[in-house]
Amino acid sequence: MLEKTGVPTPAQVEAVKPSPERLTEGPVVIVECFQEIPCDPCYTACKRGGFLPFADINDLPRMDFAKCNGCGICIGACPGLAVFVVDETYAEDKALLMIPWEFLPVPEEGNMVKGLNREGDVLADVEVKKVRSAGSHNQTSILTLIVPKKYAHDIRSIRVD
Amino acid sequence: MNKAEILVIGSGPAGLKASLSAADQGAGVTLVERDPFLGGQLVKQTHMFFGSKEQYASERGFKIAEKLTAAAEEHPGVRVLKGAAALGYYDDNVVTLELKGRVLPVSYDAMIMATGAQENTLMFPNCDLPGIYGAGAVQTLMNVYGVLPGKRVAMLGAGNIGVIVSYQLLQAGVEVPAIIEAAPEIGAYHVHASKVRRMGVPIYTSQTVVSAHGSDALEKIIMVELDDSWQPVPDTERELDVDVLCIAVGLTPLTEILFQAGCEIAYIPELGGHVPRRSAVMETSVANIYIAGDVSGIEEASAAMVEGTIAGLTAAFNLGYGRDSYEQKIAAANLELDALRKGPTGEKIRTGLQNLKKTGEVRQ
Ligand SMILES: Cc1cc2nc3c(=O)[nH]c(=O)nc-3n(C[C@H](O)[C@H](O)[C@H](O)COP(=O)(O)OP(=O)(O)OC[C@H]3O[C@@H](n4cnc5c(N)ncnc54)[C@H](O)[C@@H]3O)c2cc1C
Ligand code: SF4
Ligand code: SF4
Repeated sequence: MLEKTGVPTPAQVEAVKPSPERLTEGPVVIVECFQEIPCDPCYTACKRGGFLPFADINDLPRMDFAKCNGCGICIGACPGLAVFVVDETYAEDKALLMIPWEFLPVPEEGNMVKGLNREGDVLADVEVKKVRSAGSHNQTSILTLIVPKKYAHDIRSIRVD
Repeated sequence: MNKAEILVIGSGPAGLKASLSAADQGAGVTLVERDPFLGGQLVKQTHMFFGSKEQYASERGFKIAEKLTAAAEEHPGVRVLKGAAALGYYDDNVVTLELKGRVLPVSYDAMIMATGAQENTLMFPNCDLPGIYGAGAVQTLMNVYGVLPGKRVAMLGAGNIGVIVSYQLLQAGVEVPAIIEAAPEIGAYHVHASKVRRMGVPIYTSQTVVSAHGSDALEKIIMVELDDSWQPVPDTERELDVDVLCIAVGLTPLTEILFQAGCEIAYIPELGGHVPRRSAVMETSVANIYIAGDVSGIEEASAAMVEGTIAGLTAAFNLGYGRDSYEQKIAAANLELDALRKGPTGEKIRTGLQNLKKTGEVRQ
């Protein structure tokens, strides 16, 4: 499926998800990178050991979720835009979701935008809580969105209308 | 006549690294580039690159070009000639350049060919209508000159180039209603495919374009589904209204001058077609002519840079420069290349290089 449509299967997505216990403990990274490619900047970006060391540059990222504090630094380092941070502890029925964003306009804090799933379909209206730059050299923005908790693992992009 | 100790032709990542590594060893380098700027394909790449820190991973292509260009232009050992196209090879180590409308012969002790590749195209009825472009042209228009190619663009080819250029079109505000791929699977890195898919762009595998239509310029294309043997499935034609069709169906190495110089060439489909045979350190069958980057086989900028380093070090070594550090630097470069090619996405390159080797050894 991924190799035909660009959309990972539910099983692939499930396999890289942190445990339910870890998700209740606060913000944590989710890395949706399913193909061995010669690439490792996610690993070199994290200074906390959230990524297990790559023995080979083609390795798939493997995580030590206990070491990750959800800072989001690795989001802007990933050329595949495959890294996200989810915080399920934000509110009763809302979660925070950090995504990389490389389009104009860059939404402003407080804006309402459309939350899109992995196929680009609109799932919900979501609020932009925070906008930060991944660094002056980089130009990727990192958006923190307030999303319905039930969609925290489905929304992966936005549309600014 | 103009004299160059090491003449490097082409200033993409391969040529730039070749120039820098040779000049660092103490050799005198003349770098010629037909474009008015250095950087080759890199200047058009606005996305972050893969690879590892050594190959500037997660930096954007044009930023890598800026860094390497500045290093080459500031290096006392590198003379840069921009707007200078190499035209042909003559006996006794002479290449002619076209510079400002004049022909300039240059003689060299060693030459490193880093001319990159040209785009493949596709034949179908009306494939010459205005509005049908190669992906490279679309990228040059958009990212070098700031000109939009159109409003609604269909992409033919779901390799890295097709998918990345689609993403860049979306970033420029252009609608991309389809990425069409004849193969049953997406060739691009899947993370790239996922990032255009989640912006709502459908990727159609096992489909192709059979014809284009429009009176003065492209107005629509006809797509068709393909069966397991790549034959059109009857009654699956459908129309798609677009004003641009962007073709990204692969690259072919630019080897003409190497042919002329008498370098032995082999046909290796996995490497993009006709490629020069080479030693393990990038020397061709003609002594003192080296190759690096896409001209030696279509691969990536990351590998092109390492090959450039190897070719530059070796050309300098064979002229007597950097004897002390050569072995060690080559060993480090080979480790980098092996790592880049080791995984499943490197399989095509590994197969191609093996098949090339089977055609016989070149020197060591
Ligand atoms: C859309 C796209 C995305 C890409 N993304 C990535 C990526 O994410 N990561 C990655 O590693 N690679 C990527 N690549 C691949 C990478 O750009 C190429 O593999 C790399 O640029 C090859 O380097 P090169 O130096 O061999 O050739 P080029 O970059 O093509 O440079 C060749 C140079 O030679 C010059 N030249 C040619 N003939 C002559 C002549 N006769 N006289 C004088 N000059 C001449 C050309 O003008 C050009 O400047 C991408 C390529 C494209 C098109
Ligand atoms: S979110 Fe921060 S701590 Fe967690 S893996 Fe990424 S960089 Fe490391
Ligand atoms: S940086 Fe991104 S694409 Fe590269 S290995 Fe890490 S997660 Fe995968």
